[in-house]
Amino acid sequence: MTSWLLLGATEGGLFDLDATLPLMAVQVVLLTFILNALFFRPVGRVVEEREGYITTSRAEAKQKLAQVERLEADLREQLKEARKATQQLIQEAEQDSDKLYREALATATAEANASREQARREIDAQRESALGQLKGDADKLGALIVDRLLAAQ
Amino acid sequence: MGFLPLALPLAELEVGQHLYWQLGNLKIHGQVFISSWVVIGALLAFVLVGSRKMERDPRGMQNLLEFLWDYIRDLAREQIGEKAYRDWLPFIGTLFLFIFVCNWGGALVPWKLIHLPSGELGAPTADINTTVALALLVSLAYFYAGLSRKGFRYFEYYVEPTPIMLPFKIIEDFTKPLSLSFRLFGNILADELVVAVLAFLVPLLVPLPAMVLGLFTSAIQALIFATLAGNYIGEAVHEEHH
Repeated sequence: MTSWLLLGATEGGLFDLDATLPLMAVQVVLLTFILNALFFRPVGRVVEEREGYITTSRAEAKQKLAQVERLEADLREQLKEARKATQQLIQEAEQDSDKLYREALATATAEANASREQARREIDAQRESALGQLKGDADKLGALIVDRLLAAQ
Repeated sequence: MGFLPLALPLAELEVGQHLYWQLGNLKIHGQVFISSWVVIGALLAFVLVGSRKMERDPRGMQNLLEFLWDYIRDLAREQIGEKAYRDWLPFIGTLFLFIFVCNWGGALVPWKLIHLPSGELGAPTADINTTVALALLVSLAYFYAGLSRKGFRYFEYYVEPTPIMLPFKIIEDFTKPLSLSFRLFGNILADELVVAVLAFLVPLLVPLPAMVLGLFTSAIQALIFATLAGNYIGEAVHEEHH
């Protein structure tokens, strides 16, 4: 234990450099190549393939999302137009029915007025003829009374 | 340490003793290699099991592996920059994973149950050879990164923003591996020593907080080493915009 720090003066010691060094270096270089073949390259390939897959999938998803958004906007536009068209149709129909109603009402009112006028005129005519007849009858009756009275005397 | 009662059977402190293997006329530290093989084996087993059946929808271990990969990628990208990080991701990641598993392996695996003729098993990063090897690899890596990306224009980096910086930048090339290796080595060795000394003095409960702190520093050291390695490479490949 006394010579354990001697720098390679005798055999042994902490700093005993010998052929272990180059052999270890060769061993590590070999290990590098073996690990490269067994570990770094295959695992790297798998990881990078996955990264590529994820990137392309993301890009695809993004593209699809954009497409969906475009379609949605398109459909929304169509829906809006359809709503507008419906509104217009309803309005037109309402206007039509209103017009029809007014027309029907107008004709009905006109007809009613006309028939009332006619009835009034007929009533007037009948009343006049009845009055004329009544007057003639009264005259005749008067003349008859006068004749009878005069004849009795 | 002569005053410590070395005859206690519970724990022994062995510093600077190695299990030597002879390779031709080269000597290597056997215990470092044994534990590093265990660590590398565990790492490879984990990676193999986790990446066996990978799907686009991750399940089970794949989640953990992908989390690690993501973490390392962020680290490398932040330090090296968007343009060059791909080339260096495996290197930075291997440094991080290897050091992290070494450090935690040293702290969590009950190595003391295995007796070696000499020396003892522990974190491979508690041996100066390992950390110097890693640090020199980082030096080579950033030189290579700079030269391959910019050619000889890489050396403009030494005289930017003014030529006065030249000696400092040259010294930096030496201090970078030095500080990298000694920081890692010192932290891990110190952690092992603290735990060993505490366990040696009071075997029960008392070393636990030091062990937990050791796990924390181990993870931080792995992160620091990988981050600095990435930072050096990033500096080397950085393009000045005039």
